Amino acid sequence: MTKTITDVICPFCGTLCDDIEVLVSDDGKQLLEVNNACVIGSEKFLHSQAKDRVTKPRMRQEDGSWKDVSYDEAADYTAAMLAKAKKPLMYGWSSTNCEAQSVGNEIAEISRACVDNTAAVCHGTTLIAVQDIGLPTCTLGEVKNRADRVIFWGCNPAHAHPRHMSRYSIFPRGFFTGKGQMSRKMVVVDPRVTDTAKMADAHLQVEQGKDYELLNALRVAFRGEWLPDVVAGIPKEKIREAADLMKSGRFVIIFFGMGVTQSLSKNHNIDIAIAVTKDLNEYTKCSIMPMRGHYNVTGSGEVFAWQFGFPYSIDLSRGFARYNPGETSSIDLLARSEIDAMFTIGSDPGAHFPISAVKPIANMPSVCIDPHMTPTSGVSKLHVPVAFNGVETGGNCYRMDNVPIDCRKVVEPPAGMLTDEQFLVMVRDRLKKLKGVA
Amino acid sequence: MSEYIIKNGHVFDPVQGINGDKKDIAIKDGKIVDKVGSGAKVIDASGKTVMAGAVEIHAHIAGPKVNLGRIYRPEDKLFSCTPTKGMERMGGGASIPTTFKTGYEYAKMGYTTAMEAAMPPMFARHVHEEIRDTPIIDEGAFPVFGNNWFVLEYLKNHEIENTAAYIAWLLRVTKGYAVKVVNPGGTEAWAWGLNCLSVNDPVPYFDITPAEIVKGLLEANEYLGLPHSMHIHPNNLGNPGCYQTTLDTLALAEGMKAKNKFGRESVMHLTHVQFHSYKGTNWGDFESGAKEITDYVNKNKNITIDTGNVTLDETTTMTADGPFEHHLTGLNNLKWANCDVELETAAGVVPYIYSPNISVCAIQWAIGLEIPLMMKDPMRCYITTDHPNAGPFTRYPRVIKWLMSKKARDTQINAFKHKDKVLSQTSIGSLDKELSLYELAQMTRAGPAKCLGLGGICGGLKPGMDADVAVYNFNPDKPVANPDDIETAFSRCAHVFKSGVEVVKNGEIVGTGNKRTLWVNVKVNDNPQVMRDINEKFIKYYSMTQANYEALGHHFVPNPYALEVDATHV
Repeated sequence: MTKTITDVICPFCGTLCDDIEVLVSDDGKQLLEVNNACVIGSEKFLHSQAKDRVTKPRMRQEDGSWKDVSYDEAADYTAAMLAKAKKPLMYGWSSTNCEAQSVGNEIAEISRACVDNTAAVCHGTTLIAVQDIGLPTCTLGEVKNRADRVIFWGCNPAHAHPRHMSRYSIFPRGFFTGKGQMSRKMVVVDPRVTDTAKMADAHLQVEQGKDYELLNALRVAFRGEWLPDVVAGIPKEKIREAADLMKSGRFVIIFFGMGVTQSLSKNHNIDIAIAVTKDLNEYTKCSIMPMRGHYNVTGSGEVFAWQFGFPYSIDLSRGFARYNPGETSSIDLLARSEIDAMFTIGSDPGAHFPISAVKPIANMPSVCIDPHMTPTSGVSKLHVPVAFNGVETGGNCYRMDNVPIDCRKVVEPPAGMLTDEQFLVMVRDRLKKLKGVA
Repeated sequence: MSEYIIKNGHVFDPVQGINGDKKDIAIKDGKIVDKVGSGAKVIDASGKTVMAGAVEIHAHIAGPKVNLGRIYRPEDKLFSCTPTKGMERMGGGASIPTTFKTGYEYAKMGYTTAMEAAMPPMFARHVHEEIRDTPIIDEGAFPVFGNNWFVLEYLKNHEIENTAAYIAWLLRVTKGYAVKVVNPGGTEAWAWGLNCLSVNDPVPYFDITPAEIVKGLLEANEYLGLPHSMHIHPNNLGNPGCYQTTLDTLALAEGMKAKNKFGRESVMHLTHVQFHSYKGTNWGDFESGAKEITDYVNKNKNITIDTGNVTLDETTTMTADGPFEHHLTGLNNLKWANCDVELETAAGVVPYIYSPNISVCAIQWAIGLEIPLMMKDPMRCYITTDHPNAGPFTRYPRVIKWLMSKKARDTQINAFKHKDKVLSQTSIGSLDKELSLYELAQMTRAGPAKCLGLGGICGGLKPGMDADVAVYNFNPDKPVANPDDIETAFSRCAHVFKSGVEVVKNGEIVGTGNKRTLWVNVKVNDNPQVMRDINEKFIKYYSMTQANYEALGHHFVPNPYALEVDATHV
């Protein structure tokens, strides 16, 4: 007999779908089938069943080979590394639960580490813009129930957040949007003709890197002021049309992604996008929301904020929390070789950081806590595989709209495997002893 | 558990009517007791003031909007970071301190219980994670009901029983404490960019008025017999002339009587009254309506209030009154954050600088002090700063100084740039009253505890009650040489006990106590209709499933303390 577990939360992207159904074997040890999830989400669940999965911590030997070690040895190494380091970097946190993040923060505080999450290479610029100008936003259910104008700016949910449009933004029939897709106008701003753009009522094919200009032109158009014939590659008539479309909505929502946060102008793009949102609130109702990537990058920012006061790129090396992205952010710390130990959890800087920031990792004591083999585990001295969060252990996570949802455990991890939190607790307790902290 | 005896202190305990008498307070097994054995640890409190641990009835200290404030105001941490020290975790933030700092600061001032004033139900798990990480103090959280679609739909047809059943369900799944109402109807209107500025403005689509919502929730609250009364932030906050809306709201409670087993006598708690006591028609002729409001409250015994004192600081305003924050950003042009929550509520955040050089701010300061000075029954008026809206809670000692010393008030009035305007638009200059320590204990301990239905547990020093005790370096026998001494004394306690555990000694944290999460567990008759409605709303309109909605599990509420209510009467 098999059993079906319902209302399972998908631990992949910031959409954090919570309607997944998972079929498991009677003994709860095997995950057989995943329903309702997108193809990426299904793979995430099914990956946990891979036969060639690493199940024991591995230590890199002098000759470059790996040697299996116990979790105790792994925790000893990690604690000793953090105790000895003058300025360790603890990076990642976006693919683990808030409980693990909390223990991680305790460790960081004791070892006076720099702590950072993947926002540093993702929506960190958004956070900087929010610190400049604020953020009128809403939960995804508001979009579902009310939004009749949906703008996707520099993001491609058809591929990156596959169920976003069907669950929240375009297709669902909400309370005031009974006709579903028919009750909404969809605008996509993207230099490429993406699969999302192909669905749009209007696609503004902005010139690459000219988002700021286009957003600025929209603000001009709202006010009915003079515009040049072409802005950012878009004829002014089309800009005015788009502006009128937005103004005529009852509830406008702007979703934006890495196309604007990590292209030229970075946080300034978001600054003005938020200004556009504020402007629209003079005429109608408008909200804006970042399309967060990892399923719990939002939660990491939240936990950092309530414990240290800042959402990412925090330097605890002076004994209190400092925040200065550019100085205290991971890539900059690594590129300047300012840190002397690297601790990675729940993310893969090896695959996403510039090579100048990855190379130093190979030359310092380093730990990578990740269920998978990744480019980061490849350059680290110690790889600690752990149970899949959201599959083999539960824990709280925050959706892209900051709504917390408690993940579920659906299947047992391979025998003897620890969760992120369990391993971090081992490290914390050892570190406290080494540092003589009560 | 250790036994303690606090000897020879001047005890102020309105619960037992003790007014400054020298008395020993004995602590055993976490409770106040009549006497302890000779092995008890002796705390010498001679020449000191002894009170129960203070009770915060309304503050925004945990949850999504508080954290949004932390995230988007790095500047709030400038010069306010505190390093790891002994058993204290590092902290930061002035108007929106981190959770650890929040717990320590409250404890150091002698507070042992605090209520988070607005919990968006959908974000209950977030609120509880922050509460878990706020050390020492017992906390509860009030879920917001005033713009909830279930409530709007039931009350449109005046279905009190269904409303009550829904309240019971929501309190249980969110581990909530009381019925909070913020800008009833107005916040739902805000989802379309609109507002309800009077109690008779209809709510768009739902076709119900704020008056009907308030009246219905008052009745539902008493139908259930909850420990706390309905807790309301009425419509039209912060606008000149808003006192009329406040009076209209208060009138809705007329003739109602409290029904509960917790000793609560009020049916409506009107919060941060300062923001709701404005007369005038614009910011030029802005004046105090404190007299009109306190006259009404003095006469109507079923109403309690808290003050919302402006402390003249830079702070961060945050409220579930979404339209108000949008209005405020239009006034001060500072960064505006907003979050609308599906089917339930909304919230806004805007930084604000209460400058003593701006006449409106100075008048707000005066109104905040007029209210407690004009209230005849200190058991029905509690000191708050609506933290962080009118000022950070860490300024309570300063507010106490102003209330206890006319000299301190005059010094501040003389420092205002628009002193004449403050004197002409308010009556602060003519109020000679100085709060006594007994009245202070009523306004910060016995009063709020009773109003919250916790009167038998905390807020007093009667044997059997929780051993929450604060000892202040303040000698009531000696005349106060300098009003600033009052502020100093109430800033850092000599000793604080939380449930019998010493948590503060000489102003330093020495223990993290046994923090609890307070919530209210109401039993009601099975109500299939409400259960079906809840199920339907989740299937059709929520963006998450019902099965994932509840705040369940050890990591959200590790140490719960449930107040049980049986409302299964027919």
